[in-house]
Amino acid sequence: MLSNIGNILIIIVIAISISIIYFSLISLKDKNNFISTKIITLSLYQTTFSITCFFSLIIGFVISDFSLTTVYQNSHSLKPLFYKISGTWGNHEGSLLLWINVLVIFSYLFLIYNKKSKKNYRLYTLIVQNILILGFLFFLFINSNPFSLIIPNPKEGLGLNPILQDPALAIHPPLLYIGFVGSSIYFSAAVASLITKYNDKFFALSIKPWILISWSFQTLGIIIGSIWAYYELGWGGFWFWDPVENSSLMPWFVMTALMHSIIVLQKRNALYYWVIILCLMTFILSVTGTFLVRSGILNSVHTFANDPSRGLYILIFLSLMIFGALTVFFINYKNDNYVFAANSKETFILVNNWFMAFYLATVLIGTTYPIFTEVLSNIQISVGPPFYNLVILPIVIPFLILMALGPKAKWIKNKFKNLYFFSIVLIVSVIINILITYFFRSYSILSNLIIISSVFLILYSMIDLLKFFKKNTFLDLPRVISHLGFGFLVFFIGINHNFSIEKDFNLKEGEKKKFENYIIHFKSLETQKEKNYQSIIGNFNITNVDNFNEEILKPEIRIYKNPDTLTYEASIKTKLDYDLYLTMSNISRSELYNIKFQKKPFMIWIWFSALLISIGGFLRFYKYEN
Amino acid sequence: MKYLLLLFISLFVFKLNANELEQKKIDIIKNLRCLVCQGQSIADSNSDFAQTIKLVVSDKVLEGKSEKEIYDFLISKYGEWIVFKPELSKTNFALWIIPYLVLFFGGIIIFIIVKKRDIS
Amino acid sequence: MKIRIILSFVFPCFILLIFFFGLNNNNKYESINLVGKKISNFELKRLNKDTNYNIKNLSSSNFTLINFWSSWCAPCREEHKYLMLLKKNANIKILGINFKDNKNNAFKFLENLGNPYDDILRDIDGKGSVIFGIYGIPESILVDSDLMIIKKYIGPISKKEYKEILQHIKK
Repeated sequence: MLSNIGNILIIIVIAISISIIYFSLISLKDKNNFISTKIITLSLYQTTFSITCFFSLIIGFVISDFSLTTVYQNSHSLKPLFYKISGTWGNHEGSLLLWINVLVIFSYLFLIYNKKSKKNYRLYTLIVQNILILGFLFFLFINSNPFSLIIPNPKEGLGLNPILQDPALAIHPPLLYIGFVGSSIYFSAAVASLITKYNDKFFALSIKPWILISWSFQTLGIIIGSIWAYYELGWGGFWFWDPVENSSLMPWFVMTALMHSIIVLQKRNALYYWVIILCLMTFILSVTGTFLVRSGILNSVHTFANDPSRGLYILIFLSLMIFGALTVFFINYKNDNYVFAANSKETFILVNNWFMAFYLATVLIGTTYPIFTEVLSNIQISVGPPFYNLVILPIVIPFLILMALGPKAKWIKNKFKNLYFFSIVLIVSVIINILITYFFRSYSILSNLIIISSVFLILYSMIDLLKFFKKNTFLDLPRVISHLGFGFLVFFIGINHNFSIEKDFNLKEGEKKKFENYIIHFKSLETQKEKNYQSIIGNFNITNVDNFNEEILKPEIRIYKNPDTLTYEASIKTKLDYDLYLTMSNISRSELYNIKFQKKPFMIWIWFSALLISIGGFLRFYKYEN
Repeated sequence: MKYLLLLFISLFVFKLNANELEQKKIDIIKNLRCLVCQGQSIADSNSDFAQTIKLVVSDKVLEGKSEKEIYDFLISKYGEWIVFKPELSKTNFALWIIPYLVLFFGGIIIFIIVKKRDIS
Repeated sequence: MKIRIILSFVFPCFILLIFFFGLNNNNKYESINLVGKKISNFELKRLNKDTNYNIKNLSSSNFTLINFWSSWCAPCREEHKYLMLLKKNANIKILGINFKDNKNNAFKFLENLGNPYDDILRDIDGKGSVIFGIYGIPESILVDSDLMIIKKYIGPISKKEYKEILQHIKK
C-alpha cells in the first residue's frame, strides 16, 4: 500500500512540475508584472506532495514495511527508532528523494521571497529549477525508486550498517543537502539572469541570502561529517582526503569564492559574468561529486553501494546541465565594462577567488586522477593525504596573511597606511611561534610558517574585535568571526599535528606497555549484550608517569547481527587541553589485541574553531534578513 | 662511575631512538593503503593484511631501511596502488604540476584583469 | 573569443568522456605488476622439520606452483582437489606455504584432504608471504623453470584455472 501511495505521489509531483514549466512559459509572454497565483499555488502543492512522499518513506522505515526494497535492504525491526528514521536517507534511493525535496522546497521559497525581482527572471528560475527537478524525478522513478516492491514480502530486513547508526551521521546528509543541493537555486537563477539580462545589484541581492544559507549549511555539514569520522572511523583522524569528503569540499571552495564575489557585484556592479560562472560551477560540482560517489568509479571508505547504471544516468544529466548552461552563457555574453583600482578591496576579493581556484583544482585533480591513469594508461595509482598536504599547505601560508589584510582594504581606493601596524603584528606572531618551539618542541619549517601566519590572522581579527568593544567603531562581526575561526582552525590543527603522540602495538590481556611518559595497562576484558549487538569491552588504565594522572578507557569490539558486522568503537576522553584516544581490535587466531593509542592536543578547539567559521555565515544571513 | 654514565646515556639514546623509530613506522603506515579495505590506510585498518604489513614495516624500520626503501619494496610487490603519495613519474607528472600551473596562470589572469580595469 | 568558446566545450567533453570510460572499469585491486618478474629470494622454515628452505631449493627443471593455504580457510578446502589433480596429472612441482596456521591443524587438513605438496613451508606471522606479494588466501603463483612469474591466481583455483595451468605447462 505504501508503495502505491509513494509512487502515486511521485507521479503527481512529476505532473505538477511539468505544469509549472508549462504555465511559466505561457506567463512569460503576458504583459502583467506579477506572477499569477496559479503558478505560486502549484509550487505550494508541489512542495506539499513532495514532502508527503518523503514522509511516506519515513513511515515505511518506521513501521518496518519490508515489502519496499529500500526498507528491506537498509533496515531491520530491531533497530532503534531514531535510526529507523535516519535510515530513510542513509541509502541511495532515500537520499535521492531527500535531494528532490530540497530542490522543490528551495524552488518554492525562492519564488515567494523574490516578489520584488523582475517577473521574467523569477519565471525562468522556476523553469530551470523544475527542469532539474524533473531530471532527478525521472532518475528516481525509473532507476532508483525507493518505493519499488519486493515480492514475496520478506519478513525481516537486512539491516543498516552499524557504522551509520550514529546521531552525527543521521544529521550530516540533510545539512549537506541544504548546502550543495540548495546551490541549485542560484544555478537556475544564474541561467535566468543571463536570459533576462537581470544583472545588476538587485540580482546580486536576490541570490545573496541563498548563497549565505547554502554556504553556512555546507560548512556545518562538512564539520559534522568530520566529527563523525573522528569518533567512528579510523584512528583519530578527522579528514582523510577521501573522494566522498572531497566531493563535499569542492563545491565549498566555489561557494566561498562566490560568497566573496557577490559582494563586489552588489556594491560595485562588477564581476557579473564571473559571479554567473561561479553560480553555475557550484551546482555542476555538486552533481559531479554525486556522480563520483554513487557510480562506483572511485573506491572510498564511505561510498554507497555502487552501481554503474546510476553512474551513467547521472553522467548524462551532468553533461546536459554543463552544455546547456554553457550554451546559454555564450549566447547571452556581452563584453562588460567595469573598472576598479588595482589597490582596492575588489582586488583582494579577486585574490581570494584565485586561491579558491587553486584549492579546487588541486582537490579535483587529486580525486579524479586515478580515473584518468586507469582509463588512459591502465595503471592504478592512489592519491591520498601526502599529495594534498604537500601541494596545499605551503599555499595556505600567504593565504592566511591575505585573509587578514584583505578585509582592511577599502573599497574603490585603498592605501597601505599601516605598514607599521602590519610589521608589529608580524613580529609578535613570530615571537609567539618561537615561544612555542622553545617551551615545547620544535617542528618543521613549514609548520613554523603555518603557525606564524595563522597567529597573524588570529591577532588581526582579535584586534578588530577589541577595537569594536573599546571604540565602538563599525565592525563586520560575521566576517571577523569566520576569519578568526579559520585562523584558529589552522593554528590548532598545526599544534595538534605536531604535538600528537601516536602508538600502535599488540598486547595480551593483563599486559602493560610503557613508552615516553605513559603506561598503558590492559587490565581485563568483559562481554556485554545490548539490544542489537554483543560487545567485548577492554578495560584500560592509562597512567601519566609525570603527574600520576590515571584515566580509564574502555574501547569496544561490537558484534552485530543483521547485518553480520564487526565494528570497533574507540574510547575517547575529551579534555580542554587534549583528547585521549584508544582503539582495540582482535588479531585472528591469536590472544593478542592490536591497540592504537593517541594523545591529541586541542581536539575540542579544532571543532570549536570550525564551528566559528560556519557561525559567521549564519550570523551574516541573520543580519541580512533583518 | 664513567661506565655507569655511559650506560645511562646509551640507554637514554636508545630510548630516544626507539621513539623515533616508532614514529617513523607510524608515519609510514599512515601513507600505505590497505589493499583489502575500501580506501583506508594501513594505520587505520584493522584487517589481517594491515597487521601483517605493520609487522613487515616494523622489521624494516628496525633494520635501518629508509622510508623510500620501504615504499619501493612494497611497490615492487604490490604495485603503485599501495602508496598514497604518487611517485613523480611520467604518468603522474601532470598530477603534481597542474595545481601549480593553475596557480601560476591564475595569477597572470588576475594581473591582466587588474591592469585592464585599473582606473588610477 | 571563439577560442574561449571552443575550449569551454572541448574541455568538459574530454573529462566527461574519461568518466564514461572509467565507469566500466573494475575497481578491485589487481596485482598484474608481478607477472614477468623473477621471484625474489625468500627463506622460510619447513613445516615438518626445523630446517630452512630458500629460493635455491626450488629446482629449475620444471614449473612450480607456489600455493598459499591454511587449515582455517574455507575456499582452500574447495581448491585442494585441483591441487591433487595437478600433482597427479602434470609435470609440476607444488610448493605449499602454510599461512598463519597451527602446525597440528595443518597436518590434520592434509591427512583429511590429501597432500599434493612436494614441500611445505610455514609462514607463521604472514611476513614471508609479503615477499611474494600476497595479501590474502588462498593465492597461488605459477613460476616457470627460470623462476619467472607466469601468472598469479587470487582466490581458490577452480576448474578454469586448473585447465589454464595445464595449458601453460604444455607450452
